[in-house]
Amino acid sequence: MLSAVLAWVFGVLALVSGALVFRLDSMARVTFALLASFLFVAGEVLLLGLGYLGAVIILMMVMEMVIMAVFMIMYMMNPAGLMPMAMFHNTRGAAGIAGGVFVASALGILLVDWPRRAGRPPADPTRALGEALMGGQMLTMMTLGLALFATIVATVVLATHRGRYDRFGDDLRADRPADPVPGGVDG
Amino acid sequence: MAEAPLWSVLVLPAVLAVVTAGASAFDAVLEARAAGAAGSRARAVAWPLREAARLLVGQRRVTTAADGLLWRVGVLTVPLAALLAALVLPLGGVAVADPGVGVVWFNAMEILSWAAVWLAGWGPNSALSLVGGYRFVAQGLAYELPHMFALITAATAAGTLRVGGIVEAQSHLWFAAWMPVAFLVYLLSAVAMAFRRPFDAPLGRDLAGGAAGELSGVDRLVLLGGRWLLLVVAVAMSVPLFLGGGQGPLLPSWLWTLVKTAVVLAAVVWLSRRFPTVRMERFAEFAWVVLLPLTVLQALVVSVVVLAW
Repeated sequence: MLSAVLAWVFGVLALVSGALVFRLDSMARVTFALLASFLFVAGEVLLLGLGYLGAVIILMMVMEMVIMAVFMIMYMMNPAGLMPMAMFHNTRGAAGIAGGVFVASALGILLVDWPRRAGRPPADPTRALGEALMGGQMLTMMTLGLALFATIVATVVLATHRGRYDRFGDDLRADRPADPVPGGVDG
Repeated sequence: MAEAPLWSVLVLPAVLAVVTAGASAFDAVLEARAAGAAGSRARAVAWPLREAARLLVGQRRVTTAADGLLWRVGVLTVPLAALLAALVLPLGGVAVADPGVGVVWFNAMEILSWAAVWLAGWGPNSALSLVGGYRFVAQGLAYELPHMFALITAATAAGTLRVGGIVEAQSHLWFAAWMPVAFLVYLLSAVAMAFRRPFDAPLGRDLAGGAAGELSGVDRLVLLGGRWLLLVVAVAMSVPLFLGGGQGPLLPSWLWTLVKTAVVLAAVVWLSRRFPTVRMERFAEFAWVVLLPLTVLQALVVSVVVLAW
């Protein structure tokens, strides 16, 4: 009973804070409205008994949205973000796409012949999740991890302003790196 | 470990309040001694309570074009994050909640402080405050990964994410004894998480108080008190994770938990006064170049030991 009430409350609050993302006029408020929406969704996942997934959603979304706030405010059209702004772009096209996707999804819910539930939820969903990811899908996850890591390294290498040759000289022989702010691990 | 009796919900905040007041009183005594201040020690011990009373009756500062909502939310979230994280903290054999994913819950709640400090810096529409908020995000990126690896190492050795299970797994040997790197990195990141010295650049003097610079009255009390609470909870968690929780001879287990927490907390408070403030970009380099490889190695060693036994 309590969990049914909570599920409705979280669901409504997630939708309301999701809608607020488009109604508010400050980038900071918008970012944290989106974070609130994610946190209410995490509440729903916790109610489903998926403790690990719920906690990880909270963990990842808070980190992600705080870093997102930094970038959103950095790149937005009015720096500092305290001046009013709108989250709308291409309103007519966006309304069309959003309406289309909503209708398609809702139709999908009604029209798909959902399979009946076979089996029961595992005693320990965290373990089941870990075995699903690290058992049968081990190769996929390893490849994915490697690809992601290579992407991160490549992006940093491409984006970095100063490489090791700038820091340690052309033959990499300098004792101390020539850093604009001295005092790192090397020197 | 038994599921929580209802009284633990009431006992937890009371115990935390007492320990927090004690820790800040100890810090005040050290401060008075370092400053060579005349006057009795009792005066220094009572300082946190006097300061709290002073802030309670103080006027709240108002700034121009502040984002009041985000500001208040940020300030309130600091103690709230600490309290929510403390829910899985076992006192003796009893925790308010001992879910199967306790360690992940603890991590998820303490990370709310990222949002909290940034919001507290953003809210007042003041440049120095905002710089303080940004500093904490940068510091967070530095301490969080070594911190997570330290948590994972303890969970790996116990084979469970349940805090109670981690305590039970240390019945023969404390984790601090055979994973000292994870233990030390955990304590370091606990201080960084609570942005206390030497990681207090977000509230630095060079920023005229940084993220707390525009706070006065009850707002200031909530943020600074929440910061102490965050330190207490983070340090207290090192007891079940690495120091065998309430295990020990003679004394009851709740008393052992308190004694261990008090000792570690006193050591952390004393040690953190020995260091000057560390700039977060220097700490970031140290965290990523030194601490992260060390914690990964520690996790590797522990994993191999777990697999071999």
